[in-house]
Amino acid sequence: MESAIGSSLLAPMTRGFDSPPPEPKGALEVQPAIRCRGLAKSFGTGETRVHALRGVNLEIMPGSITLLVGPSGCGKTTLISIIAGLLDPTEGSLEVLGHDLISLPAGRLVDFRAKNLGFVFQQYNLLPPLTAAENACLPLLVAGVPRRTALAAARSALARVGLEDRAHSLPSQLSGGQQQRVAIARALVHRPRLLVCDEPTAALDAQSGQTVLELFSEVAVEPDRAVIIVTHDNRILHYGQRIVYMTDGRVDRIESKG
Amino acid sequence: MHWVAIRMLIGDRVKFFGLVFGVTFATFLMSQQVSVFVGIVGRAASQIIDVRDASIWVMDPRVRHFDEAPSLPTGDLQRVRGVEGVQWAVPFFKGQVLANVDSGLPRSVILEGLDDNSLVGAPQQLIAGNLSDIRRPYAVIVDKAGYEYLWPKEPIRLGREFEINDRRAVIVGVCKASPPFVTLPVMYTRFNETLAYVPTRRNLMNFVLAETMPGLSSAEVSQRISRQTGLLAITQDHFFWNTIKYMLSSTGIPVNFGITIALGFIVGVAVAGQTFYLFTIENLKHFGSLKAMGVNNRRLIGMILLQALSVGALGFGLGVGLTAMFFIQTNQITHLAGLHLHWQAVAGVGGAVLVIVSLASLLSMRRVLFLEPAIVFRGS
Repeated sequence: MESAIGSSLLAPMTRGFDSPPPEPKGALEVQPAIRCRGLAKSFGTGETRVHALRGVNLEIMPGSITLLVGPSGCGKTTLISIIAGLLDPTEGSLEVLGHDLISLPAGRLVDFRAKNLGFVFQQYNLLPPLTAAENACLPLLVAGVPRRTALAAARSALARVGLEDRAHSLPSQLSGGQQQRVAIARALVHRPRLLVCDEPTAALDAQSGQTVLELFSEVAVEPDRAVIIVTHDNRILHYGQRIVYMTDGRVDRIESKG
Repeated sequence: MHWVAIRMLIGDRVKFFGLVFGVTFATFLMSQQVSVFVGIVGRAASQIIDVRDASIWVMDPRVRHFDEAPSLPTGDLQRVRGVEGVQWAVPFFKGQVLANVDSGLPRSVILEGLDDNSLVGAPQQLIAGNLSDIRRPYAVIVDKAGYEYLWPKEPIRLGREFEINDRRAVIVGVCKASPPFVTLPVMYTRFNETLAYVPTRRNLMNFVLAETMPGLSSAEVSQRISRQTGLLAITQDHFFWNTIKYMLSSTGIPVNFGITIALGFIVGVAVAGQTFYLFTIENLKHFGSLKAMGVNNRRLIGMILLQALSVGALGFGLGVGLTAMFFIQTNQITHLAGLHLHWQAVAGVGGAVLVIVSLASLLSMRRVLFLEPAIVFRGS
């Protein structure tokens, strides 16, 4: 359950980037959170040119967890980097939360990320000198929320991931699983509409990994939020409602549950 | 985000202290050396500044600095007095003589001969005796540092006798005087008394000290004196700087001090720059995360600048504090007395520290500016 302080504070941020695209009149159907068409990305030039993505077509719906799986070098990381607005594609079109990211000016793209995206990294990427609560409140600080308010919301987010009693602990005082839970709290504290997770269980043991994925299912999935998880970990495949298999820079097949 | 930047900075204790140490060391080295340099060079002309009651110095036109003034004919004093706008003009002698003290060892001393009537150029502050006693026969006033040099570890005793060029001299007062460039005792006596102490010279007067009529500028009257007498007449300030410029241009002092000051700057840039760059490199992953989360480049630059300026301010404060402590501790040592921390040195070194931290942060800023935020997805 979300605390009152968290919801009242974060409500404006859930409205998305500037003005959200208008919903189609009379339509109740859910629009894809992400729509990729012919997405390609290559690195280098001439003989050293490497094609990381070769025309990816993909739609990701909100309200579910989508797992992106495939062997190393198949383009998973490149794809989520592009989807997260951290990398420009070489070709193709990309619509994220109704916005054409490719044509978005750099400054607005940064704002877009700040307001709409949450990140969970393989190595947690918590700032070592900051406490769990301070780490978790970072996205709110980036958005300009006053520090005290941000810290209150961060404590609330930590409570949601079961770390209310570790708010003052430094990352070095937490286990790997706890650090990843702090990272999840940080990713969710500003209620983003897209959660991008890169191998969130890769650095964790089986038990911690399972706990983290259960947490994703419990707290991350919301009707207006899309969750993408890149993973190698076959043990967690059953947590995804949709599994996108990639090979050699292309989407090989997609499995959907239910 | 400012507090995040500061917490990142102090979070890595080793690098933080390394950075502060680098800037502190550079600040100490630069501010201490600049102050000592300014103090030592200033000593070359300190006796000029000590003459507070005359604004014009007249001398042989060939004079380049205070220590090489040849004698002037006595008639030149009258010629200067005859120039329109000159209120008064008096003779002044400055030279180096040998004094024989109790130990029997001859010591070089600086002797200044003051006009018998006006005592123009007399020391301003006596710590023992009375200025009027200088009118007594053989009377000499010596500066405190000089007294301690001639009679080390002995209390001040007025009436003490010694010899200057085998002629009797009596200490009638001890004064405060600016230390000269060579740390010799400074002695004051009447001009006519110098005739006995410096018997080998035909003309003793090597300067004429003059003052202008009220309402006239020293520069204007100086020019008149020069025009009419053919002598070099300049203001006290002008003479001071002529002497300083001579010291700077004809001695190795600026080069030697310059090398040390430059070393301080280079060490500061090298230590602070390298440590700060390493600090940034080690935090690139975190800067990348912040970038991915939506922190724009301007904000990241602000964070790096804040970190650099914080280190600079802290190191600068500590360095200046250390320098001040150095001068407080050495102020009681006779040959170091008078050297102090100049505010100009503090300001100049402050500017240098700003340059050091700017250079140190420049590479880091470049690295962060061009950092691809997608780096956050490249595992460990």
